[in-house]
Amino acid sequence: MNIAIVKYNAGNTQSVIYALNRLGIEPIVSDKAEVLQRADKVIFPGVGEASTAMNYLRACGLDTIIKNLQQPVLGICIGLQLLCRYSEENNTECMGIFDVTVRRFQPSEEQKATLKVPQIGWNNLFDMHSPLFAGISEQDAYVYFVHSYYAELSPYTIAKSNYCLDFSAALQRDNFYAVQFHTEKSGTVGAKILDNFLQL
Amino acid sequence: MLTKRIIPCLDIKNGKTVKGINFINLIDAGDPVEQAAYYAQAGADELVFLDITATVEGRKTLIELVKKIAREINIPFTVGGGISHVADVDALLKAGADKISINSSAVRNPEIIGQMALEFGSQCVVVAIDSRNLNGQDIVHTHGGRVPTTLQTLAWAKEVQERGAGEILLTSMDHDGTKSGFAKQLTGTMSHMLEIPVIASGGAGTKEHFAEIFENDDASAALAASIFHFREVDITELKQYLVQRGCPIRTISKNLIA
Repeated sequence: MNIAIVKYNAGNTQSVIYALNRLGIEPIVSDKAEVLQRADKVIFPGVGEASTAMNYLRACGLDTIIKNLQQPVLGICIGLQLLCRYSEENNTECMGIFDVTVRRFQPSEEQKATLKVPQIGWNNLFDMHSPLFAGISEQDAYVYFVHSYYAELSPYTIAKSNYCLDFSAALQRDNFYAVQFHTEKSGTVGAKILDNFLQL
Repeated sequence: MLTKRIIPCLDIKNGKTVKGINFINLIDAGDPVEQAAYYAQAGADELVFLDITATVEGRKTLIELVKKIAREINIPFTVGGGISHVADVDALLKAGADKISINSSAVRNPEIIGQMALEFGSQCVVVAIDSRNLNGQDIVHTHGGRVPTTLQTLAWAKEVQERGAGEILLTSMDHDGTKSGFAKQLTGTMSHMLEIPVIASGGAGTKEHFAEIFENDDASAALAASIFHFREVDITELKQYLVQRGCPIRTISKNLIA
């Protein structure tokens, strides 16, 4: 299978490459339109800040290339946020695949003693409804999150998690899938989700 | 619900795992990659690798080791020990580490906390604090806990948060190696004072000690070494025990094959 990873300035792609290697896949990392368009599936990972990443994607035309991809695409972490319409992180207009706003976690005064921002660690998924989560029961569905911003619940939500409030742990619209958590660091559950994406 | 993290720590010297009792008398406890894989499947939530190799050759060995670990294991891991430059962090993150931990170098030059956070994001900058009580005051120590500084532990914790640290790994030197429980009071005070997560370290001897430190949210995570390495506490059993105690804990399914 021909899997491409989008190369850009917010990528910690090494962990994603290793996770795919463990599933027997040797991905191509590229920022070239023809390579991305030709791939069977495209992964859009990322760790970083929204406005810097969006500026970079716009400057090299990658935003248009990504938006027009026809095959299954998986956004991970900031990848999910950049596929949304708008992020509160430095007031960033994003790609708008999902008509969803990305907001910063605001623990209430009561929550502040226990809920730290960023959320760092393993949290559970619920209301999962997508082939992405095939074979994963709610009681097993712990995945690893590191984030200060979250996508609101929306008609595109295919899995929820709770931190301060219920938020979109995963989104889907047509061929675009996205997860807020790090599949590549989420143990066997994460590997299963990545494998499910490869099977789409 | 966000769960409490159980973190085995592997001390590395020249590519092998060691564990000091009160940081002296090192005993070889095995191969780091093999141990990392064992802990990942047993249910460890993260791993910490602390490199105590001082030589230049040793540092190159570390990068190779980090690559091997990243290829092998599918949970997050932190690498610490002897990191003092942005370039060190860059090399470790590129090799596949998720976070780095700094200790003496942050005390020597606090500005590097901000530089590293700006360059790579706060989420990957862990500041380790070794604290020892001297005449009734909690004082930061460096060089593996041997050298006292003039810094008060809680004031230093607040400062590193403000400078951009994403997490604090607090080791109580008074408790380390004693197996008599974590420093609940100091850790709890720090945890409730800060906005960033605090990892408790030093003193774990039994399953009950983990339950105690997670009560009242006194720590976001707990770290231990020898009790895991010598299987005095089994991680899978520990997590089952904590679930029974009502603690939010990630459990691992045995029937999921990926």
